[in-house]
Amino acid sequence: MKNFKQTEDVALPGNSDELMNARLQRRSFLKYAGAGAAGIALVAAGCKKDHDNDSGVRLGEGDVGILNYAYALEQLEAAFYTKVADTPNNGLSSAEAALFVDIRDHEIAHREFFKAALGSSAIGSLEVDFSSINFTSRDSILATAKAFEDLGVSAYNGAGRLIQNVNYLLLAGKIVSVEARHAALIRDLISNGTFADTSVVDSNGLDISRSPGQVLAIAKTYIKTEISLTGLPNY
Amino acid sequence: MNILNILDEIEKIDADVTERLSPRRKAIQALTGFGGKVALSALPFALGSMFKKAYGQTSNTSQIVDVLQFALKLEYLEAEFYSMGVSSTTVGIPTTAARAALTTIRDHENAHVNFLKTTISSLGATPVTKPNFDFTAHGTFPTVFTNYDTFLAVAQAFEDTGVRAYKGQAGNLLGSNAVLTAALNIHSVEARHASHLRQMRKARGANVKPWITSNDTGGIGSAVQAIYNGEELDTQANVKITGIGGLSISASAATEAFDEPLTKEQVLAIVTPFFA
Repeated sequence: MKNFKQTEDVALPGNSDELMNARLQRRSFLKYAGAGAAGIALVAAGCKKDHDNDSGVRLGEGDVGILNYAYALEQLEAAFYTKVADTPNNGLSSAEAALFVDIRDHEIAHREFFKAALGSSAIGSLEVDFSSINFTSRDSILATAKAFEDLGVSAYNGAGRLIQNVNYLLLAGKIVSVEARHAALIRDLISNGTFADTSVVDSNGLDISRSPGQVLAIAKTYIKTEISLTGLPNY
Repeated sequence: MNILNILDEIEKIDADVTERLSPRRKAIQALTGFGGKVALSALPFALGSMFKKAYGQTSNTSQIVDVLQFALKLEYLEAEFYSMGVSSTTVGIPTTAARAALTTIRDHENAHVNFLKTTISSLGATPVTKPNFDFTAHGTFPTVFTNYDTFLAVAQAFEDTGVRAYKGQAGNLLGSNAVLTAALNIHSVEARHASHLRQMRKARGANVKPWITSNDTGGIGSAVQAIYNGEELDTQANVKITGIGGLSISASAATEAFDEPLTKEQVLAIVTPFFA
């Protein structure tokens, strides 16, 4: 029951009003998404398999697993842009810095949305590892931002087919195009005109998609907390 | 797209697919195996007839084809628009960087047209033919090919519409993994285009960001308002995004963080004026 305990720890807000809000939000969200009992059953089923001796945070099975997967990626992005904005000598121009504040707020909105939507099924806060990033170097910041945004686009594109509930699919669609807008901007800041170059768009005009396993293998460079693929829909 | 991968993927959601397709699958495996020299371009069509025979009775295939035909019409619109713009001597594309970007976008839209036509054919249907267009939208944008800023404004309108249109159709592709993934992969390319075109307009003095703030048209005005209506939504799945988590997320950021879908009917109402 490792996973269950972990989410219990995370979902305990500071006061009873927040707890009530969190519960109401989660209830209304699950009702909205038509998941309800089915979603809870999926989490419960995930717990039964926790006797496996692999380590790492379990994201959950089914759509809950995919939502936690998205939540994990948004945590990573939000943490990155927050640190960029909090670094005074980051080398960005004032116009660039303003755009980065926008992006930070988008990623925080995504992160908090998934946290609220998942309620007690949400994984905890991940510990990031940004030791490979130089936050006082514009080049390092832009290169990392590009990597994260392109990865995010490919992650949502690749996760779409694993989603069972049509409302979750739509939500993923609402977010991925914003990530693609970010990605194009960052690429243009590095080199104007590379918003959709052949490193991300193939000869059919299609963007990249990646499976959760592929994405997490790339993302783990920046995430200290170990994430387990067990139970997560994948291909 | 690798055909054997597609069959593998279908197998995951339809365990009987091997039985349904078995003889033909073996034939294809033989053809595409080591040393196989069959023309790969012919395979989508072979695949199409296989699908039709295996799934011809289900309504799902026709639903998928409907989505693809709808997407094809939009891609024809975009492809023709950029083709005319890039080859025009009157639009006045000012820099080599701008020309290169518009050429990149044109090439993607042409690739989308070809990809969708091939996919529709693979599913045993006949792709719709290219409509005739009126890019002035019956006089709403009379200077579309003589004023560069008008051209960019219409381009932004098309890309933002495309993003919303694909988003609105994704649910109709649920369960058809290969087509859904391809549609998503087009969808994010349209968003990359939209982002860049908005930056091109910004560089020309327009008050616009790479993302859509509320239902703001970015200074284009009422002629394109329908393309942005609905983007002011700041509640997602009953979760209020403005100020979420007690954090200082503004209403603007809350609306920017999520792009909204359009229904097929809404999209048709938007693009119909561009059909001659």
